[in-house]
Amino acid sequence: MWADLKPAFVVAWREIRDMFRDWRIIIPIVGLTVFFPFLMNFTARQVVGYVQQYGANLLATRFIPFLLMIVGFFPITVSLVIALESFAGESERHSIEPLLSSPLTDLQLYLGKLLASLVPPVLASMLGIGVYLVGVNRSVGWNAPPLFLLQIILLTSVQALVMVSGAVVVSTQTTSVRAANLLSSFIIIPMALLIQGEAVVMLWGSDEILWWIILGEIVISGMLMRAGIAHFNREELLGRELDVLNLHRSWGVFKNAFIGEARSFKEWISVEVWKTLKKTAIPLAFSLLLLPVGLWVGFYLSEKLNISPALLNLKQIMDMNAGIASGLRESGFISPGAVLYIWLHNLRVVLLATLAGVFSFGVFGIFILLAPLALMGFLAQMATTAGIDRWNFLAAFSLPHGFLEFPAIIITCALIMRVGATMVTPAQDQSISDSWLRALADWLKIVLVLVVPLFLVAAIVEVYVTPYTISFFLGR
Amino acid sequence: MIEAEGLSKQFEDFLAVDSINLQVNAGEVLALLGPNGAGKTTTVRMLTSVLRPTRGWARVAGYDVVKEAARVRAAVGVLTEQHGLYERMPAPAYLDFFGKIYHMEAAARRDRIRSLLEGFGLDPDDQRPTGEYSKGMRQKLALARALIHDPPVLLLDEPTSAMDPESARLVRDAIHGLRSANRAIIICTHNLPEAEELADQIAIIRRGRIIIQGSSTELKQRFLGPAEFEVRFNTSQNGSLPDLPDQIQLTSQGEGWFRYQTEQPQEMNPVLLQRLLAHDFAVVSLQEVNRSLEQVYLQAINTPEPSKDLNDVG
Repeated sequence: MWADLKPAFVVAWREIRDMFRDWRIIIPIVGLTVFFPFLMNFTARQVVGYVQQYGANLLATRFIPFLLMIVGFFPITVSLVIALESFAGESERHSIEPLLSSPLTDLQLYLGKLLASLVPPVLASMLGIGVYLVGVNRSVGWNAPPLFLLQIILLTSVQALVMVSGAVVVSTQTTSVRAANLLSSFIIIPMALLIQGEAVVMLWGSDEILWWIILGEIVISGMLMRAGIAHFNREELLGRELDVLNLHRSWGVFKNAFIGEARSFKEWISVEVWKTLKKTAIPLAFSLLLLPVGLWVGFYLSEKLNISPALLNLKQIMDMNAGIASGLRESGFISPGAVLYIWLHNLRVVLLATLAGVFSFGVFGIFILLAPLALMGFLAQMATTAGIDRWNFLAAFSLPHGFLEFPAIIITCALIMRVGATMVTPAQDQSISDSWLRALADWLKIVLVLVVPLFLVAAIVEVYVTPYTISFFLGR
Repeated sequence: MIEAEGLSKQFEDFLAVDSINLQVNAGEVLALLGPNGAGKTTTVRMLTSVLRPTRGWARVAGYDVVKEAARVRAAVGVLTEQHGLYERMPAPAYLDFFGKIYHMEAAARRDRIRSLLEGFGLDPDDQRPTGEYSKGMRQKLALARALIHDPPVLLLDEPTSAMDPESARLVRDAIHGLRSANRAIIICTHNLPEAEELADQIAIIRRGRIIIQGSSTELKQRFLGPAEFEVRFNTSQNGSLPDLPDQIQLTSQGEGWFRYQTEQPQEMNPVLLQRLLAHDFAVVSLQEVNRSLEQVYLQAINTPEPSKDLNDVG
C-alpha cells in the first residue's frame, strides 16, 4: 500500500515545493489566510454592534458562523487555479510527457496532483478559520460549537475536493490552460450557486441541512473523481493534439450511431431501437426503482413539513362530483389545445431535464423528473389529512394517462442517466466526445420513437379521460 | 531489445501509424526519419507504453508494451520532442525527482546525478532554476533525465536539437558510448548527417508507414545506384579517355576529371587506374564521391505512393 502511494506523494511534494516558488500563488494564499480573516473579524464586530442596537441578537448569532464559512471558503478557491495549472498547465508545457513515460501509474499521477492541488489551500483555509475564531473569541466572545466547527471543516474540505476533481475533468478535455480556464466556468457557476444556497441555509440556522449538503458534495466529488480517474490517462492526454471543434466529424459520429446498421426504416425500428433499449436495460431498472422513491420522498416531506391541508384547499377536492368533466369542458380544458399544451409541456421538461442531466452526470435531470412524483406523493399524503385515501388520490390523478406517462418518464430518466454516465465511464478506444455523441444519438432515437408518442397519447388521455376518473374515484 | 510487428495506431478516423515492423538489437542504433506528422512520435509513444497500439504488437527489453506497460516504462529512457523541464527547479533537484520516480536509492541517485551532469558539462552544484538555462543546456538536462535510471533501451527524439556544435558533438559521443555499452537506441531526427553518423539502420517513415529501411550504404545503393568515383588528372594531359571496362559506366566528365559508377569497385578501380597510367594519364586522385543521405531521403519521400516492395531493402 505504502509502496503504491509513495510515488503519488513524491509527485505531490514536488508540486507543492514548486508551487511555493510561484509568487502568483503565494500572495493570494497568504492574503486570504491572514488578512481576510482580520477583515471578517472587523465585519463581525461591526455587525454585532449594529444589530445589538436594535436587539436583533439572532442576526448576530447567525452572521458570525456565516462569516466563518466564508473565511474557510475563500482560500480554497485557489485550489481551482492550482489544479488547472497542475493538470492543463503541465500538458501545455509538455512537462507531463516525461512523467507519462515513467513507471508511474495513471492513478498515482492523478492522486499526486490531486493532493498537491488540495493540501495547501485546505491548510490555508484551516489557518484562516483559526485566525478568525481567535479573533471573534477575543472581540465578541463567540466560540464555535465543536459539531458546527466540524461541519465547516468538512464543508470546506469537500468543496475543495469538488473544485479540484472538477478541474481535473475539465483539464483532461483541453490542451491549454486558456481553454481550461474557459471551461472552468462549469465549476465556478455551480459552486457560486452552492455557496449562495449554503449561505441561505446558514442564515436560516438549519444546521441539519448542512450535513445533507456535505453528503451531496461528497457524492458529487466521488463522481467527479471517478470521471477524472477515467479520463486522466495516457491515451486521453496524449491522444489529443488540438482542441479543434470538428462539426462535420461530430455529425458523422452522431449520424452513424443514430442510424446504426439499419438499411430501412423498418429495420431501424425493429433492430436498432430494440438494440438501444437493451443497452439501456440497467438504467431502466434503476429508474423503475426511483419511481417509488419519488413518491416516498413526497410522503416523507409532507409528514415532516406538516402543512395544514386548509392551506392547499384540499377540501375542494372532497366536494368534487360527477360534474367535474362538464365543468372542465365548459371552461375549455377538454380540447385539442389542452392536449397540445400538456404534450409540449412534457416535452419541454424532457429537454430541460436532459440539459440539466448533461451538466450533472445525470443527477439533476433525474431530480427534475422525480419532482412531479414527489409532488404527487406530497399532495397524496396531504390528502390523507383531509380524509382522502392517498392511493385513491393517486389513482384519480394519475390513471389512466399515468399508464403511458410513467413509462415515458422512466425511459427518459434512464436515457438521461446513460448520457450522464458516459461522462464518468468512457468506453474503451473511444474519446469522451464520441461516447457522449453516441449516447445522445441513442437518447434521440428512443425519445423520438417512444417518449414523444407516449407523451402525446398520455396527453390525449389526460384531457379526455382523466377528468372522468377523478370524478369516479373522488366524486360523491 | 526492441521488436515490433504490424504496429498500428488509429486516432478516431486518422491512421497515424500503419503496420510498422522494427527490430533493434542491443548495441544497435536505429534512426527514424520522416517529415513532421509522419508518425515518428506516435511510434515512440507506443514503444514506451504511453499509447496503446490499435493493432500489432511490440516488445521492448523483453516486455510486451500492452501487457507489461509498467515494466516497459521502467526499462526505457525517453527524450521527448519537447524537453518539458520544470523551469522553477534546479537541475539536481529535477533529476533527483525523476530518480525517486524510478525508485532509485538516495545514494545511487546522488552519484548518478553528479556523474550525468558532469558528463554533459553541466555544473552539479548549480542551484539556478532550469528556466535560466540556454536551450542547449536544457536539452542536455533532458537527456540526463532520460538516462537517470541507466535504462537498457533509449528512445531519443531530436537528441541534439538546439545545441551548439560542441554540445552536439558531446551528445553524439555519449550516444556512441551508450551503443558500445549495449544499449538499444532509437533516434528520431531531422538531422540526416547525424543519423548517418550514429545509426546502424535507418528507417524512413511517411504517412505512418516505413517506406524504406536498411543501413545507410544499402539505402544509397538502392536509391542512388552503385558507388560513384571521381578521377582527377593533370589538366595539361590532352586526348580522350581510353576505352573503359564494361563494368564501369561513365556518369559525367569535364576538363581534368571524370566520374563513373561500378558495382565492383575493388576489382575495377585497380584495372581502371592501370589503364589510365598505361595511356600516360597523370592521375592526381581517385576517390569515392560522397553521396548524402539527404538525396536518399528526398527521393524516398517524393516517391508518389509508397509500395510494399520498397520496404526492408536491408
